[in-house]
Amino acid sequence: MTGQALQAVIEVAGARVSFGAVKALDGVTLAIMPGECVGLVGHNGAGKSTIVGVINGGLTPHEGTVSGDGAVIARYGIIAARSRGVRCVFQELSLCPNLTVVENTRLMHRQLGGFGWRARARAIIGRSLDTVFPGHGIDCELSVGELSIAERQMVEIAMAFSDAGITPRLVILDEPTSSLDASLAEQMLAHVRRFVGAGGSVIFISHILGEILSTADRIVVMKDGRIVAERPAADFTEHSLVEAMGSVVKGEERRRAARDLANAPVVLEHAGRGLPFRARRGEIVGLAGLAGHGQTGMLMKLHAASSGDWLPRKDPAVTFVAGDRRLNGVFELWSILRNFSIASLGDLSRQGLVQADAEAERGADWRKRIEIRTRDMGNGILSLSGGNQQKVLFARALSTRAPVVLMDDPMRGVDVGTKQEVYDIVRQEAANGRTFVWYSTEMEEVCLCDRVYVFREGAIVAELAGEAVTEESILAASFEGTAA
Amino acid sequence: MSALARLTRKPWIWSWIAAFVVWFATIMVTGGASTLGLSQAALTFAAFSIVVGIGQMFVITLGPGNIDLSVPATMTLAGTVALKLMNVENGMILPGLLVAVLIGVAVGIANYALIKALRIPPIIATLSMSFIVQSAAIWTNRGLRIKPPSVLADFTTSMTLGVPNVALVALLLSLLAWVLLEKTIYGRWISAIGQSMAAARMAGIPVDGVRFVTYVFCAVLASLAGYLLACFSGGAALNMGAEYLLMSIAVVVIGGTAVAGGDSNVPGIWGASLFMFLVVSMLNTYGLGAGIRLIMTGLIIISVIMLAGGRQPGAR
Repeated sequence: MTGQALQAVIEVAGARVSFGAVKALDGVTLAIMPGECVGLVGHNGAGKSTIVGVINGGLTPHEGTVSGDGAVIARYGIIAARSRGVRCVFQELSLCPNLTVVENTRLMHRQLGGFGWRARARAIIGRSLDTVFPGHGIDCELSVGELSIAERQMVEIAMAFSDAGITPRLVILDEPTSSLDASLAEQMLAHVRRFVGAGGSVIFISHILGEILSTADRIVVMKDGRIVAERPAADFTEHSLVEAMGSVVKGEERRRAARDLANAPVVLEHAGRGLPFRARRGEIVGLAGLAGHGQTGMLMKLHAASSGDWLPRKDPAVTFVAGDRRLNGVFELWSILRNFSIASLGDLSRQGLVQADAEAERGADWRKRIEIRTRDMGNGILSLSGGNQQKVLFARALSTRAPVVLMDDPMRGVDVGTKQEVYDIVRQEAANGRTFVWYSTEMEEVCLCDRVYVFREGAIVAELAGEAVTEESILAASFEGTAA
Repeated sequence: MSALARLTRKPWIWSWIAAFVVWFATIMVTGGASTLGLSQAALTFAAFSIVVGIGQMFVITLGPGNIDLSVPATMTLAGTVALKLMNVENGMILPGLLVAVLIGVAVGIANYALIKALRIPPIIATLSMSFIVQSAAIWTNRGLRIKPPSVLADFTTSMTLGVPNVALVALLLSLLAWVLLEKTIYGRWISAIGQSMAAARMAGIPVDGVRFVTYVFCAVLASLAGYLLACFSGGAALNMGAEYLLMSIAVVVIGGTAVAGGDSNVPGIWGASLFMFLVVSMLNTYGLGAGIRLIMTGLIIISVIMLAGGRQPGAR
């Protein structure tokens, strides 16, 4: 540093990225200076992972530039990023489980090849592990698959900070502490401070706001693909961060009138880690929290607990609306009608024979009722748009006699009009005594629920009811630090 | 025209066209002299592939990875044990049939037990089961060749109104299979499981129960075919099932059933089974050597599958 103004390690200017109709990044400008730790926070789908993808070279922005050390880099990709010392620790662990730690090190560092690479790789990863996590006790000759999830995460972090010819200059940590316990997390955070103190840069993403506030120099808050706040960490409190992440302007909400369901019979119960789960007749129960914190798992458990794998049930107890249509929703070879009727064939048949007339009649009925846009229910399911396929899945579930409907974030990628139609149906059916268990990543939907369970790390950590169901309280519960 | 167009979109049509072309090519050579004889022989021999093939088709419908390789061994064991039990007595025909069916049920249960309890992929589970079953057949047979009861032997080798009796049995079983597949809840269920097991489970289908029944059904059809074949050929032989391993899979594939599962049809099995027999007899009629014959058989099968595979995806 010879008196010159500091130049950003990596600077992204006006980056726009869209996936189909979804704008993942909507003109983001972000510069990472040497010797600073930037905290990046935001709700699911705010665009954090996308901006990380742009910085580590995995994604090319459709508009905007990436520059390093003051010069625009024309062809920025993963290799260019790595050779500039940009490293990334991913949320999903990216090590090969069938290879040893040493072999994984060799994979990560291209320049390690040649005779005797094993010894060199062992020295490099060993040194790095000792620095970041003193007293870690990890055997580098074990294959990664044999390590515990925390140990894998430690190796991955140490790998990012290791130096094998190219000095790491910018390390991106995407929720690195999610599988580490408190003491290990502390060791890592201490190392981040040391690394930054020595002139390195870190982008730190975490849902534990305490960590961000204590470690980062500067905090960037993202929402809907834009940066909505950017201030020194000292200017934020946990409360103001949560506020910055949420929608500041409240639109008129389509809140439902509060209903008194305390006396309705309980139809579904499940005890697991955290608070017990309970749903009453006619209730709409929301499952909220950050994506992938066990909500889908809970729905699967509820479904498995009340459906048989060996014998058909005469009266189905639960039914399911898939969010991931391709994975566990549609039957791609089939017509719309068959996709619709599969869950209620028991009602449409006599002595095991499907009554084609009854099936067609019910199909036509539901087609009108929820306006599936097709001329012929005999057309293939894939001839429909995504939103209409989703409607078919709704019709499939609602046309059963099951008193409980489980919904796995079914509105992903569904247009606004369809959403409103489905909300109305859900409200109607609930008024008629159906129970809905609704996992949603969209606040607007969670706020439609009578009662909400907030998930964190696979367990229910909070229960909110009635007026307490607000965006702020849900965010606060999802981001709660160590306190449970 | 539109009726014709709809017909060409049926996946099974290709096997029927192929069977007809080969049949025609054969009788042209012989000048029409053996038309009736050839047709009857084709129906007779195709009947066994049809019965076995239907069972295999149901299993393949269950989706990628599902296949039953224990079919030949089951045929052999059922034929051997049934003939031994009947011991050339006409009065024992029904008990013999019952035992054959029970053997099928037992093999099916064992197959699915291996698949489910030990989590072995079906291809390995049924293959290892076939070794056990085949050994059991060797042990019971001990090189003896017992003749079938005379009534059964007559029944399987004679005809009713010019149609071989075994073909009539195959027709009955095919009708049953068609109703199961096209009209019942069970048929919907196996098709759903074949398209997506996860989606099927979440739609409330008892996935394990359905798969279990399907493996048992396949093994029972195999043992029925073994029973009929042993009676037809005048006694059980240890290698009598051998050619039906490939045959059962080939007729399913040529018949236009989706190898990836979820989409099957019964008529295709008939077209394919007739075709498989007729190809061999056509090449025989042309007087080709054994080596050339095998190569030609292979090439013809490949071309039929390519033609049939040319249909557009998404067509139901």
